Amino acid sequence: MTLPGPPANVRRTRVVIIGAGPAGVTAAATLARHGVTPIVIDEAAKPGGQIYRQPPDGAARPPREIYGFDAAKATRIHGLFKDLQSAAKIDYRSQTLVWNITRNEQRFRLDLLHNGVQATLDADKIILATGAVDRALPFPGWVLPGVFTLGAAQIALKSQGVAIGRRVALIGAGPLLPLLVNQYLAVGIKPVAALDVAPFIAKLRAFGGLAAQPATLLKGAYYTARAAALGCAITSNVRSIRALGDSRVTGLAYATADGKTHEIACDGIAASFGLRSESQLADLAGCRFEFDNASRQWQPLRDRVGRSSVSGVYIAGDGAAIGGADVAELAGEQAALALLDDGGTPTSVERRHTLDRALRRQSRFRRALESAYPFPAHLVANIPDGLIICRCEGITAGQLRDSIARRHPTDVNRLKAFSRLGMGRCQGRMCGHVGAELLAAHAGCGIVEAGRLRAQPPIKPIPLTSALATEVSS
Amino acid sequence: MTLANTCDVAIIGGGTAGCAAAVHLRRAGMQVILVERDRCGGGASGVNFGGVRTQGRNPVELPLAIRSRAIWSTLNELLGEDVEFDATGHLKLARSPADMAELEAYALLAREAGLDLTLIGPNAIRAEVPWLGAAVVGASLAPNDGQANPRLVAPAYARLARRLGVDIREQTSVTAARRTEHGFEIDAASATITSRLLINTAGMGAAAIARLFGEEVPLEAMMPNMVVTEPVPYIATRSIGVCGGDIYIRQIPRGNVIFGGGRGGGDWMDWRSRSSTETTLTNIPKLVDIVPAFRDALIIRSWSGIDGLTPDKLPVIGPSMTTPGLLHAFGFCGSGFQLGPVIGEILAELALKGGSSSPLDAFRIDRFTQPGLAAATA
Repeated sequence: MTLPGPPANVRRTRVVIIGAGPAGVTAAATLARHGVTPIVIDEAAKPGGQIYRQPPDGAARPPREIYGFDAAKATRIHGLFKDLQSAAKIDYRSQTLVWNITRNEQRFRLDLLHNGVQATLDADKIILATGAVDRALPFPGWVLPGVFTLGAAQIALKSQGVAIGRRVALIGAGPLLPLLVNQYLAVGIKPVAALDVAPFIAKLRAFGGLAAQPATLLKGAYYTARAAALGCAITSNVRSIRALGDSRVTGLAYATADGKTHEIACDGIAASFGLRSESQLADLAGCRFEFDNASRQWQPLRDRVGRSSVSGVYIAGDGAAIGGADVAELAGEQAALALLDDGGTPTSVERRHTLDRALRRQSRFRRALESAYPFPAHLVANIPDGLIICRCEGITAGQLRDSIARRHPTDVNRLKAFSRLGMGRCQGRMCGHVGAELLAAHAGCGIVEAGRLRAQPPIKPIPLTSALATEVSS
Repeated sequence: MTLANTCDVAIIGGGTAGCAAAVHLRRAGMQVILVERDRCGGGASGVNFGGVRTQGRNPVELPLAIRSRAIWSTLNELLGEDVEFDATGHLKLARSPADMAELEAYALLAREAGLDLTLIGPNAIRAEVPWLGAAVVGASLAPNDGQANPRLVAPAYARLARRLGVDIREQTSVTAARRTEHGFEIDAASATITSRLLINTAGMGAAAIARLFGEEVPLEAMMPNMVVTEPVPYIATRSIGVCGGDIYIRQIPRGNVIFGGGRGGGDWMDWRSRSSTETTLTNIPKLVDIVPAFRDALIIRSWSGIDGLTPDKLPVIGPSMTTPGLLHAFGFCGSGFQLGPVIGEILAELALKGGSSSPLDAFRIDRFTQPGLAAATA
């Protein structure tokens, strides 16, 4: 049977995919397979996203060394993208930041920064595959030089083969911790401590749900067991942490569940507490958000196949909800199929059902993972007044509490207006959620009422000089 | 909780003017209910440039601006908190000989109105303000002008009003208002508020309130375009404007540079506003021409807001011409932040005494529908 070709107007529709991680790559491949040539915009120099980040030219290493168990997946994603590129099935714009999206009637205008120069791009449809960032939480000493996030430590390792120190302590509340411990072990560095702020019992309780993805569960168990076998056992249920040092990190103090305190010398600490969706572009595009209790974060609303609340905007991967690379691959394809479907291009019903089933299985696993690694509320509840929460602006917990007590902000945007929280270079990407937690705790409102910081362009800093060069439009 | 819905004065709109009026009326013993659609100070009062500027205003506004400037000096004591007012002075720059002539002419007019400006010629400007770029050929300095944090002022007035006993109802929209035999009835959320007097300080929403009482004001939505950079070394110790008004710049001591000019975009009917990339990119070369040292800074945020713009770029301030007991103050055309404190005082005077010590003829609401009046005040 010959399927009718897509109507002419669909072929002329300009589709822009933002992000070239697993979700962006499979979305691009799916569109290409159906005769649509998307523009793929990515901040990095090479495709792969954070999870399958590639080393720069001249620093190539065997995939097995960089990606471990996931080497085959990484190689497949890289290969898929390379094929699309060489067949001219996509228009790839690397090292390009989309810093703003505005809706203009039925189209979208994207503001771009590339090579230090401004450009604009009009789009009919957008797939946001913007990925995630570490969820940072403040702890005493977290602003000392030598303290990183787990994600940053992993990027340094994957991209440049660089460790964050000689004596490294790793702290986490998510599956990234055992993974990074193993990645360090693989390059011959034994972390001096591996601390998990989630209780072990939560992982046991979540076991049933985790079994929905036996391979992934095994991989996690393997990483944890292997770390222990190599003398770097992961300590669960860590109650408090403190980076020590004056001008840079010289040690780490922490308390375990038995009430004992420990102190170790180290020159590098990587700590983060799960991941947070990078959803500012969805916000600027006008997408509605909802609060997800399980992951304790705001997520752009989307239907089962990735349609956002804004017609023409689709969201896939960790940028919509934290699900990991395997979910992102499926969701990228699914969002692309939904986009094609909405535009009248015939797609395989069977394939859509397969994706749907696979994603539902993954979502059970994800829910279990979230209960295995619950949000470490105990770390936020007792933040001392002197601790800096917003490091761009140097705003302490005490200043925030004072602002809450005296000025009665009703939501975190109001708290921002009064206190400068989130007004610096990162625009609240690192501290906004903590501000909301403090507000909820001290104003007696719920975390949902505390709200989320509204995105304001640019989503990342852009140089004034970018407007002094020639503007390019396409 | 049952709220008393009867008061002496009802105020619609919790910007600086409305909240300041509430403070002064309450201090005079009035029972006041203030209704705010969103949050006090969340509109144009809170998202503007933060300029506390007398220089460059239409001479008919100067008596109000000069009186307001005196309040700014005591505002921290009045409000019981720091609103970051800094009397940095305001430089209005000339970028051509024609601009310089304009500044000279304005200085004469301003002096008559009681505002002393210092003209700085082409030779002196390099020595006195070395951080200005070569594009600048001269300037006029208003030494007492300055800047403040707009996010703090109106909310501080609102909190003071609350402490004094004003009933402030936020996130409460007015759906109807009418004159009754003894005063007014205002439908706000599920309540009907009864008042003797009514004050309309509803910003862009004020034209709709005025219309309820048969008064038409051709108010256009005006969305400014504001941008802020990361902190860079503090050199621009004075607030900056230019002839033509196409760009305005200030730097705060912590280093951030705030610059505005031109228009943002959005839809005021939905109360949505955004900065415009075109406008921002147009403003950047102008900024760098004026203060070359800012060239390497990064932009970290941009925003807009919604103000009301009148055809003659002057606000409406004063009593209704159709309805006794109704007072208006709106349409500040993007330059109301400095005036806010005095507008509160003037509204209180009008409410309590039926007149103000400041001249308000130029701001009559009927000037748009009575052509003779418009000509007289132009």
